[in-house]
Amino acid sequence: MSTILVLVESADELPDRLSLEALELARRLQGVIGGDVEAVLVGGDAAVADGLGSYGVTTAHVAAGERLAAYAPAAWAAAVQTVMASVGPAAVLAPGSERATEVLAHVAARTGLPMAANVTDVTPGDRWKVIRQRWAGSLLEEAWLDGDPYLLTVAAHAIPAAEAAASAATVSVARTEPAIADADLRARVTGHVPSASDKVSLSDAKVVVGGGRGLGSAEAFAMLDELAGLLGGAVGVSRVATSLGWRPHAQQVGQTGTRIAPDLYIACGISGAIQHIVGCKAAKRILVINTDPEAPIFSRAAYAVVGDVHAVVPAITAEIRRVGGGASSA
Amino acid sequence: MRILTLVKRVPATGGRIALNPDDRTIDTAYLGFVVSPHEECAVEEAVRLAELHGGETVVMTLGPAEAADQLRDAVAIGIGRAVHLETDGGDWDPIATSTAITDAIRVLEAADGPFDLILVGNESADSGGYQVGIRIATALDRPCVNGVKALEVAAGVATARRQATDGWEVFELPLPAVIGRLRAKKKEIDRMEPEHRPASPELIRLALPVEQEQTAEILGTGPEAAPRVVEVLRELGVL
Repeated sequence: MSTILVLVESADELPDRLSLEALELARRLQGVIGGDVEAVLVGGDAAVADGLGSYGVTTAHVAAGERLAAYAPAAWAAAVQTVMASVGPAAVLAPGSERATEVLAHVAARTGLPMAANVTDVTPGDRWKVIRQRWAGSLLEEAWLDGDPYLLTVAAHAIPAAEAAASAATVSVARTEPAIADADLRARVTGHVPSASDKVSLSDAKVVVGGGRGLGSAEAFAMLDELAGLLGGAVGVSRVATSLGWRPHAQQVGQTGTRIAPDLYIACGISGAIQHIVGCKAAKRILVINTDPEAPIFSRAAYAVVGDVHAVVPAITAEIRRVGGGASSA
Repeated sequence: MRILTLVKRVPATGGRIALNPDDRTIDTAYLGFVVSPHEECAVEEAVRLAELHGGETVVMTLGPAEAADQLRDAVAIGIGRAVHLETDGGDWDPIATSTAITDAIRVLEAADGPFDLILVGNESADSGGYQVGIRIATALDRPCVNGVKALEVAAGVATARRQATDGWEVFELPLPAVIGRLRAKKKEIDRMEPEHRPASPELIRLALPVEQEQTAEILGTGPEAAPRVVEVLRELGVL
């Protein structure tokens, strides 16, 4: 019996999107090699574990305890290892989040096993063949992966999220309190600093309005804030806009910023350097507003407006208002 | 304080990535090479911390002979000493890379004492394995946190911040420790607006200089041209 163990993270008492993507890959694998899909939640709450049956999970292992109260990468890895020891999985999958990637890398380091990061597809066999992202997704690598178990993280937004079955199957919840060594608590979260703004988070926004060099000034971003506000979305920016000090780095979309996956990305005055494209290519559709129809971003766009953002964006905003639409005019 | 920074030589890919015919490597014929961006940030951090607290900075890379260029870049920024683990240029996987670097760190530490801080990039720009720093930290039994955007050191403790969905997570690690850096925004640039006093000469327009027109003499077509070429070489006195 080959079990696939998936590290599940949660947000607002639900498995988060990247975890659902990992569960989707696990179920595809299960379709080939058979066996069970089991989940491991570290420090997680029972409500999340209870709901995992509808995603095909048969057993959810909840590792908790005083020493797992605050996030510590090595402690989290120790907890995953404890569950691995009792389950004996064929593979351990982690979502493509910063934290889960870090935890699985610690598991790999502690066990001496290979790990493949940002995997988009797996073909099981005597050795597993994986396709993984290099260059932040600009290049795909086909590679043989070894390991017993196989360790891999699932690339963010490369696979659709698992959908809940209509009739939720029951999941058995197994609680464990792993022993955590002092050494595994040396690096741990000791505090939180809230960020200045509490607007819609860039990585989860359904609509992102992006601005780049073509905006010309920090002041011009006000019209993007307005449009994003009307659409219930968030503002994202290119690296130029942060380098010039127009916008904080937290809003940067791209290779060294946030990866976004909105239903619509409105790219205003952005040429489309590859470092930016890797951050926004998971958008379902891209609308480009740019004076230069030769700009590379046009090749990625479903829709385009050739024109100056300073004229086009306020016109769009005015039109949204005129027809009485938009989130903040309701 | 002794700080070691690990860097990797990667091609600077501005536009599309082109592959070599073997489909195993990327075509770097027309690309320059740089220090992987997250590690560039780590190098700057090492220099800043050493200026603040005093001490020695070392940069190390595992890579081909040409990777010496990236070590020199780091030295130019202010790193004190460079160590090159020279390879034949082939691809090293994360386990092989971290094992070789760990062995080298043990040699350096046996000779000159332990590093208080080892700075690495969160992930390399090219292969994106997200694990070399963590493997080195585990082998050396040191605490490690990845994805760090801000770092301070005081009284034997490293305070590292990384971005979470709802703000910043703060980690406190006892030294010696390993920190995986993420690229962060560069320092603010102070801006001043100087008064523009027009002077003379005053620009009217620009023009490109007229080139001396040259018409090439056709020496022939194909191999048949060889004799004429040699003749010309003779005329020129190079034969």
